Amino acid sequence: MAYNLIGKDFTPMDVEAKVTGRAKYAEDFRADNMVFCKTLTSPIPHAKIKSIDTSEAVKMPGVIGILTADDVPQFPPPALPILAKDEVYYVGDPILAVAADNEETAANAIEAIKIDFEQLPHVVDPLESLFPGGPNARTAGNVAAGQIKLQTVKWEAADFASAGDSKMPMGRAAEEWSYGDVDAGFKNAKVTVEETFVTGTYSHNCMETRTAFAYWQGGKCFLHGSNQSHTAAIANISRYIGIPPENLVLIAEYCGGGFGSKIPGYPNMAIAALMSKKINRPVMHRISRTDEYGIGAARPGFQGYIKMGFAASGKLLAADMYLVQESGPHATAGDFRAAGNALTMMYQPEACKFRSVPVLTNTVPVGAHRGPGENQFAALVEPMFDKAARQLNIDRIAIRRINAPDNNGKIGKERGPLTSAFQKEALDKAALMFKWSDRKKLSGQKSGTKVTGIGIGQGYHSAGTNGFDGLLRITSDGKLHVHTGVGNLGTYSHSATARVAADLLNVDWDNAIIERGDTRKGLPFNSPQAGSLTASTQSRTMYAAAMDMKAKLTDIAAQMKGGKAEEYELGKEKVVHKSDASKSVTYAEAAKKAIELGGKYSGKETSDDLNPITKASVAMIAGSGLIAAAKDNAPRVGVTPGLSVSMAEIELDTETGKFEIKDMICVADCGTVLHPLGLGHQISGGNVMGIGMVMERHIYDPKLGIPASVGFHQGKLPTYLDVPVEVGWGAVEKPDPQNPIGVKGVGEPVLGSGASAITSAIADALGGHLFNRTPVTPDMIINHLAGRPPAHKPLQVNTV
Amino acid sequence: MIVKDMMPQFDLFQPATLKDALGLLDSYGKDAWKMAGGYDSLVWFKERIKRPKAVVDLSGIPEMHGIKETPDGVEIGALTSLTEVERNPIIKAKYRLLSDAVAKVASPQIRNAGTIGGNASQDARCLYYRYGLPCYRAGGNTCFADTPEGINREHALFESDRCVAVSPSDGAPALVALDAKFVLQSSGGQRVIGTDEFFIGPKVDITHLTSTKPEEILTAIRLPKTWANANFYFEKVADRNTWDFPLVNVAAAMRVQNGVVQDSRIACGGVSAVPRRLTQVEQILKGQPVNEQTAKIAGQSASRGARPLNYNGFKIPLMENLVMRAVRDAKA
Repeated sequence: MAYNLIGKDFTPMDVEAKVTGRAKYAEDFRADNMVFCKTLTSPIPHAKIKSIDTSEAVKMPGVIGILTADDVPQFPPPALPILAKDEVYYVGDPILAVAADNEETAANAIEAIKIDFEQLPHVVDPLESLFPGGPNARTAGNVAAGQIKLQTVKWEAADFASAGDSKMPMGRAAEEWSYGDVDAGFKNAKVTVEETFVTGTYSHNCMETRTAFAYWQGGKCFLHGSNQSHTAAIANISRYIGIPPENLVLIAEYCGGGFGSKIPGYPNMAIAALMSKKINRPVMHRISRTDEYGIGAARPGFQGYIKMGFAASGKLLAADMYLVQESGPHATAGDFRAAGNALTMMYQPEACKFRSVPVLTNTVPVGAHRGPGENQFAALVEPMFDKAARQLNIDRIAIRRINAPDNNGKIGKERGPLTSAFQKEALDKAALMFKWSDRKKLSGQKSGTKVTGIGIGQGYHSAGTNGFDGLLRITSDGKLHVHTGVGNLGTYSHSATARVAADLLNVDWDNAIIERGDTRKGLPFNSPQAGSLTASTQSRTMYAAAMDMKAKLTDIAAQMKGGKAEEYELGKEKVVHKSDASKSVTYAEAAKKAIELGGKYSGKETSDDLNPITKASVAMIAGSGLIAAAKDNAPRVGVTPGLSVSMAEIELDTETGKFEIKDMICVADCGTVLHPLGLGHQISGGNVMGIGMVMERHIYDPKLGIPASVGFHQGKLPTYLDVPVEVGWGAVEKPDPQNPIGVKGVGEPVLGSGASAITSAIADALGGHLFNRTPVTPDMIINHLAGRPPAHKPLQVNTV
Repeated sequence: MIVKDMMPQFDLFQPATLKDALGLLDSYGKDAWKMAGGYDSLVWFKERIKRPKAVVDLSGIPEMHGIKETPDGVEIGALTSLTEVERNPIIKAKYRLLSDAVAKVASPQIRNAGTIGGNASQDARCLYYRYGLPCYRAGGNTCFADTPEGINREHALFESDRCVAVSPSDGAPALVALDAKFVLQSSGGQRVIGTDEFFIGPKVDITHLTSTKPEEILTAIRLPKTWANANFYFEKVADRNTWDFPLVNVAAAMRVQNGVVQDSRIACGGVSAVPRRLTQVEQILKGQPVNEQTAKIAGQSASRGARPLNYNGFKIPLMENLVMRAVRDAKA
């Protein structure tokens, strides 16, 4: 189908505000009589709070109030609390908040507060916690995750002894599954690759910290927060505040980065709201960079083992993986599960076994980070495919191609279906773009002190779901209002998907208005802006709403001009009789008529299957135009995968251990391209974040439990000079058959393919040497090149 | 309790003359803090670890700015920005080593405000010290980095004494190689000292990296003619390509005639509390032809005596390679 808007570049409407500084983030708001608050956080990694003495602080001039765990809703452990009640679990754990006339006074008040702690043993290395007698990160246990209850797991000393220092000990798993005949697969394998590895954790480091500003009016809480989703987060945020969802007015027009850490809201948002309620003043809770490190989430790390058995053809016959996840102190991430799934998806092994144990640690809470699980997995396992290819003497693309999923691919232990997968095509297109057959000849070539490495990486994340509500409105001026509750993570998919509705309804983009960012605008219940979901999910949702709008428009035209609805079609912003063009109704006329007709036409009546949030939003705008509100009820069978392939050429200086990325490209299997410019930005940004996975740090002193990679400087985020000026990109452009527009998401896979292209290139430059670790820092490379032993034991974590 | 990332109050003085600044130091004594570009100072303040009563902002003292040629060489006002030093035509023409070195400091934004005096005088970056722990350097009686578990990837290979922190400066090794002189002014008078006296290790004073006294201000850095227009080499290896401290850096000035080394001054940063001058390498090089073999021997000799900690052993080959490259690749 030919589209007017879909597949074409446009300038999203909030770009100008962002680049001129006009955009208002949570921190930019002010209200009369407002105060500031700051949080007191734990200076020690694990302790019981015996007593809190705020007597000196409250006497200080300018101190308005103090909020403690007793003032806030409680959630059963090991869920993330708003404020620590009896036990603190890491350095930076929020304990209480102080409100004062200004932040300086609040900080001085915090210094005047005395807390009596009973220090408890702490642990920053999961394997230490699993060792018999090892410390637990919580007094109540050391293992927990979603669907795995908080419990204490200790392995046998013999598990550790038999593994030694360099191999992964593998005691009792908290979760395990398998399919196929794994033993037979290994038996039949021509080549077996068996590795122990570590993937480092690292902070999300969102540019906008999670500042919140809140006040109460007419029994409602007005909250300005930084969040990547909008309506999908309302239930959770109101739960944190302890109010019914309808009493929350959430204003979140811009979000300075979330990367998965701001999906359903987060506990910290409630502090401003509850402090405001307690002291009856508007409260600004600015979060400093140091505070953000404590509450801003981090990607969980893995200590892992994998064994893969390949046939002579390169086909993966059997795989066995064991992951110990460094989970932080709360049950906030299921990356290990996603990594297991990724193994079954990316390489389609004929038989597979997976074991895992998520271990709690006294490090910052972890959370979803752009491709949670899949991308750590990719960065480590992709170079192992190169190793297998070398041993089998087959091309590195060929070994990936033979294992890549296609439309008949399966996923998970249940071997469920996929809606579409064109990874072989992505590999082919990337190989063409990168001139693989010529480029691979550069592998290992030396020039002076430099050696070239060529890398390939692949990425996967599920990228689409369904069942949300679309809400469209045509006002009597003929304008199409696209109400979207997906949020504004910065990908501009809120606008790109709004264009689906405008396109299907034949509306000029200049006559479309996006209503978003403030629940008072009437926002429907939409997909979280997360999980690579928006592009696919919201385009389906927009399709459903546009079809409802089309039905109502033709219905009204028939009522106004005679005949049946099906005799009418949509022209340029008007409804026209198919055989008598003189019978036409403009959208503006139809909107006026809808207001007059009322009922379902003007939103006075709604369909029963809509989410309560959508119903409330429709009620807000009812009577103001022709309103279409519909749930996306179209079927979807199977997982919708987003896939990508990256390729990189690096030059590694054998005397300094530093490498330069000379070229990097990425091709995405993301179905129909909604917005080429936006896709290009996603691909470039994702690949750059992938480079970050290879560089970024997470350091804890194991004895003191204190962090040493706080903020942008210590965290070693890649800079402009560490990444290629451009990342070349392309898309397979094969539509997904289960999306009416053919769209799949791809925000997350591109990080995994980028990271793994770099780890693969480093290994290639070093003649196939696998560090089996992220990050890969210059010290590791220098030690290797100098023939020195690595400074880190193979399973050591948080040292770099 | 502790709170970070929130600058506490202090009295800010912005003297317009050196005399006024020195007067403030005299009257406030140990309660005064000298601030130049502010990039080291403000971090300490924000972390609420260093809490001076009075901050003396030196940036408005005109006589401490600028670069001028003197009969003996060149004099750089201590408050001259790193960007200005990098781009100055005299420095570029005669002392390119310093220009190359300061061009690698931190990031462009920091170089615009950061000063040459501040860069040479900056404090240690040991993570434990910066965290505010009561270590030797902070006046306490322990070291947290030099322990069986300590995180010491960025720490010293040489001449540590209780404290294992290193000089983090990129400018300092270049100043050592150029045999710079430091002009220190107090209300009592002026003293001019060499790099071996200016940069100090823990044996001399465990709480400071330079010998500048509290009542003194570093007003200028002088580069003698001795090493003008020599063959130079500077290289810094850091985790990131900008906004990072060196893992190891090297600065070399060499006089080469007919392919033979007449004399040299070579220093490495990031390996000890002071920018480490490699006097043995300098001696070995004297009279040797510049070739791969000489460079290799120079490199191997550079690390002699290194005592690595748990995580910083990589600095040995890195230092060797950088010194080798300096000798091999130094250019006029």
